[in-house]
Amino acid sequence: MIEIMNLTKEYGSFKALDSLNLKIEKGTVFGFVGQNGAGKSTTFSILATLLAPSSGTAYVNGYNVQKEPREVRKQIGYMPDFFGVYDQLKADEYLHFYGASYGIPYQEREKLIPQLLELVNLSHKRDSYVDLLSRGMKQRLCLARCLIHDPEVLILDEPASGLDPRARIEMREILKELKTMGKTILISSHILPELAEMCDQIGVIDQGKLVAEGSVADIQDKLRGEKIIFVKVQSSLRETVSFFEDDPFISNVQLMDDDHTIRFIYKGSAEEQTALLKNAMVKGLPITSFAEEEADLEDIFMEITKGVEMS
Amino acid sequence: MKNFVINPVLNKEFKLRFRSFKSYLGILFYLLALGIIIIGFVFIQSLSNSFGLFKPEESKMMFMLLSMLQLALILFITPGLTAGVISSERERQTLNMMLTTTQSSTSIILSKLVSAISYLLLLIVASLPLYSFVFLYGGISPAQMLTTIAFYVFTIIAFGSLGVLFSTLIRKTIVSMVTAYGLTMFLAGGTAFLTLLLMQLGYNYSGNPSNVQHVPFAYFAAMLNPAIALFGTFEPEIIDEITNVTGIEFPLWAAYLISYTVITAGAIFFSIKKLRPNMKKG
Ligand SMILES: Nc1ncnc2c1ncn2[C@@H]1O[C@H](COP(=O)(O)OP(=O)(O)O)[C@@H](O)[C@H]1O
Ligand SMILES: [Mg+2]
Repeated sequence: MIEIMNLTKEYGSFKALDSLNLKIEKGTVFGFVGQNGAGKSTTFSILATLLAPSSGTAYVNGYNVQKEPREVRKQIGYMPDFFGVYDQLKADEYLHFYGASYGIPYQEREKLIPQLLELVNLSHKRDSYVDLLSRGMKQRLCLARCLIHDPEVLILDEPASGLDPRARIEMREILKELKTMGKTILISSHILPELAEMCDQIGVIDQGKLVAEGSVADIQDKLRGEKIIFVKVQSSLRETVSFFEDDPFISNVQLMDDDHTIRFIYKGSAEEQTALLKNAMVKGLPITSFAEEEADLEDIFMEITKGVEMS
Repeated sequence: MKNFVINPVLNKEFKLRFRSFKSYLGILFYLLALGIIIIGFVFIQSLSNSFGLFKPEESKMMFMLLSMLQLALILFITPGLTAGVISSERERQTLNMMLTTTQSSTSIILSKLVSAISYLLLLIVASLPLYSFVFLYGGISPAQMLTTIAFYVFTIIAFGSLGVLFSTLIRKTIVSMVTAYGLTMFLAGGTAFLTLLLMQLGYNYSGNPSNVQHVPFAYFAAMLNPAIALFGTFEPEIIDEITNVTGIEFPLWAAYLISYTVITAGAIFFSIKKLRPNMKKG
């Protein structure tokens, strides 16, 4: 579990983090989204005990990052946004080094390392020098390194950045597997759609402030009071269209090309939406489907940051 | 060897060092530099000596030359080996990952220092065959030889700790190196110059070498100078001279040991303290 309270980080007079508050429950996959320079890496560095905050506190599994940094280090596996590798080490020596750095005995590491390499699909690269691996492979190897002491919390700073689409998908599959293992995962990105699919909770940060937080759907609701809804009907097309056109919360009613689908923008709350559906049923409209459009999360993100900049 | 887990960082450093071609090249050049000068010395000696024989006094001369030369090489190499140990990890972006492991800062700093020192020791050990010359012709006791080696080890640790400190405090390796070399040059050359200058002052005051004005400052410059300290173990007369001029009776070698022990301890202490951010303060 992660708890961040009034976390502030100042560089001179510049506030990289401004009273950040966050609570992430155990087993949650948390997506931390924000543009470059928003303060994601700063937050993660503080959680990883690499940076002292100017004020405020943060707890990892109940351990204070400032007062008990050693305990915190046991709890977390940290992957920086930019990292390097030692050029004269082989993949398994690389993992041995970090394993030993966590005090894991040699025999145990010998058992662990093949399993980890298997998990990140690098078994075939066990004896390759790490600096010769592709960027995606290095990223996965680094992920294996994060896991070597079996931490409860993973803090991954933009693990998918700089990867080609294939490597991205591969990374995502591994993260999904880790999710099933019950780890608490914090993962940051400046591209929201990359995260949406696998996250239980999302926090949006802008200029050091948390501007939105909640489930993907929550954020969607919060960010735009309006949704795009598609309704399919078997018959009575005209009747249905006029029914929706009469609703005060509905605008831009359109008939789609297939002559069965109606599209409109809805501004009402969830309760009002339920009432609308009930009404339609009472009217006996032959509706076969009523669905919200899966909005492109990137659009939402653009909207948030736009809103913040304006205020 | 695989089961012989000393310490993760040390283990890794050894691996990297002995996989690097540069390390072997370093040993080679080190021996070449020493060897060429020795051979040159022997050659010049044999020219001036009609029988081509090597006498014990000359053997002692050569030992002194070899030892001072070795000291110069050590002082030249130590900053280069140590002033990048932390900053280079920072530059290669491997430091953060090392710092998030549960290894203590003490263990990381000491491993880095020990690793650099080990390589320098290897250089010294590799140079030992060159000394066989000296023993062949006599004039030098094994005790003198051991003293010299102990002196090297002590000096390497001291200057190495300073290099590690700069590497920890200064973000850029290049700046850290320049600082470390600058300080080493001052401690090895600058203090010798100061000593000579201040002693000259003492002579000038009185005009009579047997009745000098005491200049205690010369002592403080001399006690920091590794070359004077080492040379003093060969030729005690120069120490007597310094005692004479400065009026300080305390043995110079002891002052050297004490001052550099304090410097070493301070450098290691601050390196350990500054490796990770100061968390307690907040
Ligand atoms: N060491 C530093 N000194 C001064 N400013 C910094 C430093 N590190 C980060 N910043 C600034 O803090 C802000 C947040 O940076 P960061 O947390 O890296 O953002 P993100 O990871 O979201 O892209 C940026 O504006 C960055 O320029
Ligand atoms: Mg970042």
